[in-house]
Amino acid sequence: MERKINLEKANEIMKKHGNNPEKLIEVLSELNSEYGYLPKKVLKQVSKFFDLPLSRIYGTSSFYTMLVTEPLGENIIRFCENAPCHVVGAPEVLESLEKELGIKIGETTKDKKFTILTTSCIGICGVGPVMIINNDVYGNLKPEDIPRILANYK
Amino acid sequence: MPKIKSLEELRKLREETIKSMRVRKSTSTKITVGMGTCGIAAGAREVMHAILDELEKRKIDANVITVGCIGLCAEEPLVTIERGGQPGITYGKINVEKVPKLIEEHLIKGDIIDEWVISRG
Amino acid sequence: MHRIYRSHILICTGSGCPGAPIIVEALKEELIKRELENEVRIVQIGCPGFCSQGPLMIIYPEGILYCEVSPDDVPEIVEETIIKGRTVERLLYEDPIAAQLVTHYSEIPFYKKQKRVILKNCGLIDPENIDEYIAEGGYEALGKALFEMSPENVIEEIKKSGLRGRGGAGFPTGLKWEFTKNARGEKKYIICNGDEGDPGAFMDRSILEADPHSVIEGMVIAGYAIGVNEGFIYCRAEYALAIRHLKIAISQAMDYGLIGENILGSDFSFRITIKEGAGAFVCGEETALMASIEGRRGEPRTRPPYPAVKGLWGMPTNINNVKTYANVPRIILNGWEWFSSIGTETSKGTMVFALTGQINNIGLIEVPMGITLGEIIYDIGGGIPRGKKFKAVQTGGPLGGCLSTESLNTPIDYESLKETGAVMGSGGMIVVDEDTCMVEFAEYFLKFSTDESCGKCVPCRVGGKKMLEILNNITEGKGKLEDLDEIENLAKFMEQASLCALGQLTPGPVMSTLKLFRDEYVAHIVDKRCPAGQCISLITFYIDEEKCKGCGLCLKNCPVNAISGEKKKPHKIDIELCTKCGTCRDVCKFDAVYTK
Repeated sequence: MERKINLEKANEIMKKHGNNPEKLIEVLSELNSEYGYLPKKVLKQVSKFFDLPLSRIYGTSSFYTMLVTEPLGENIIRFCENAPCHVVGAPEVLESLEKELGIKIGETTKDKKFTILTTSCIGICGVGPVMIINNDVYGNLKPEDIPRILANYK
Repeated sequence: MPKIKSLEELRKLREETIKSMRVRKSTSTKITVGMGTCGIAAGAREVMHAILDELEKRKIDANVITVGCIGLCAEEPLVTIERGGQPGITYGKINVEKVPKLIEEHLIKGDIIDEWVISRG
Repeated sequence: MHRIYRSHILICTGSGCPGAPIIVEALKEELIKRELENEVRIVQIGCPGFCSQGPLMIIYPEGILYCEVSPDDVPEIVEETIIKGRTVERLLYEDPIAAQLVTHYSEIPFYKKQKRVILKNCGLIDPENIDEYIAEGGYEALGKALFEMSPENVIEEIKKSGLRGRGGAGFPTGLKWEFTKNARGEKKYIICNGDEGDPGAFMDRSILEADPHSVIEGMVIAGYAIGVNEGFIYCRAEYALAIRHLKIAISQAMDYGLIGENILGSDFSFRITIKEGAGAFVCGEETALMASIEGRRGEPRTRPPYPAVKGLWGMPTNINNVKTYANVPRIILNGWEWFSSIGTETSKGTMVFALTGQINNIGLIEVPMGITLGEIIYDIGGGIPRGKKFKAVQTGGPLGGCLSTESLNTPIDYESLKETGAVMGSGGMIVVDEDTCMVEFAEYFLKFSTDESCGKCVPCRVGGKKMLEILNNITEGKGKLEDLDEIENLAKFMEQASLCALGQLTPGPVMSTLKLFRDEYVAHIVDKRCPAGQCISLITFYIDEEKCKGCGLCLKNCPVNAISGEKKKPHKIDIELCTKCGTCRDVCKFDAVYTK
């Protein structure tokens, strides 16, 4: 899988931002959305471009939750387990979600269709419990809603 | 967009923009246009546009709202003007040509045009 | 150049109302179909705050408020309200207390006790249109500062107003500005901290989405006062709409010359750059935030030196919260006397809270400092749903503390909250009812904070984990009474020895629940019982034979077949098989399933 990574796009993105170290997070964020994650090969290229040690690049990538160093599933479910959702029934919905997909938070289904992650609170607590699948926001969730919602992505 | 080069220019821009925001503030003047099927058939929509144009031209603060048929279909288009908490005056058979005079007399001079009035209060 | 429309339909398209964009599309289509597009204008506004009733629609000039609008309602709204001038009653807000329909936006009890100073424009203006901000008096304060006041006058005005930092710590803003002004450095910076990460906090997001110019104007004024020409807004990447609105606002302000070179024809210049975070709670801490702007891991460092002396790239830096900047234009325009007339002796002005959790009116509120907690919970928040009793409110997010019924009459300000063991924080208020276990609640926040620890210093990294282990034991029924002393010891170490506020305040929720609800901890430890019936390890499910009608619903739904019983006769739960999932309790129509 790693071998197939095309670095052309990465070079283009890095060139656009320039190699001032203060642009590192912008570059990594954009690379992350381009490749879906940050492959080792890309990180090495970033290290060369910024003339910074790979450890510094990896250290920054692993620090921020929106940057990931492993490939994820086709559909990314970001479940909100923050307090306002927690007190209005999020744990039951999460249980239903985990049961439906047979995976836990942080895992990817065998068919690489779904990954469940948590999201930090995005403040739409008025419609909690909330989850985001790719860019679609689902609110006022009940455990029984889960199969119907997931069916849209299968 | 041209740059704003002084506080005066900023204030001028503000004056211009305030007008378009006026509808979100309550003013002391309310103009109601009957917009039932009968009113629309009699030309109420054109009347309402004429009123809006006239208000803008004369720089008058007023809220224009529409209502359904009030049952006086023969007198449409109907326009009711309420000012400063006073009871409303309803005018009948208003057309586009009558609008400038209506605004001039009632809203600028404060005179009611008796011969067009069909109901008071 | 500005067309006059007879009616404006305002729709909240803030990110708290995920369904709103479809309504806008439906409305556009309907207006075109009925040839009303030149009479009626659609205005996409930011959040007016009444999130539990969203998506919201406000129709002017009447000021009618429609709640929970769906795209299917659009034709009826246009037909009835826009054309015929009638209200659609089924979409009106029903006041749950008076059981009355409320037609007008301004008459809703939720808004009555509020004092909207920095939220004044939220839900009134189109945030993507700078002209509307200007029409509401926007950038007038900047003009006043530039042409009628010296930088020293501006600082003096802010000092006299009594404005304190709205990010949580409450440091006097004017004083902070003066420190940065007096600090030596070849270059200085201004930063707006928009890394709002507390769960249940969405004040800053809403302001950035609904009224971005007020924050920008505040920053430019601060720049003029302190003598700085460069500013950064650090915003969470999760806040996509806020970032989009900020970008639009900055480019419009640039076009008008309200930021950039020679602002309003003066000799003052100021640039603003947006910096997006990449997901790290600790970046809300100012030194971590600056490390992140510099492109590094967002790890905090020791203070002093404070940012005012050594901040971004080692230069003097003034860093304030979104709401602090949003207050600045209002103070400059209305004068310090006006501002300091609102609030209490030590805390002036208003405070914005995000009201969430088990409360009827979830939403964003702005209240004068000194309002009581009871007024917020009952008069504005509309009380607790389903007739339950209020138990506690967590203020200041996971690093805050809680207030219980004892504090309902406490006037809220920085000092009074500190006295009770809670903190103002950035303004999140999570309300919980009588069915919430406070031990589990504290454990939950502790888990959040330990997960978010950046790991740089030991007291935070290890202390938090250790404390979490103890709490896990307690909620699982394996706790000992000595554990409570151990918690207090650990808390003391963490408070004193941690590098930044994250570690220092992590024990907060545990300490305040321990103070207010010690009996619940003791019940878990000594009686092996969870009084709220929430801690799974400590409860057992039973069916009340008196109430059970033998309908078989629980039997049918039990995932592990632990329920048995004949039709129309009381059912029974096999405790050995029961996994305590709670499904039977949820499906029972007769309230017959209980826990002990």
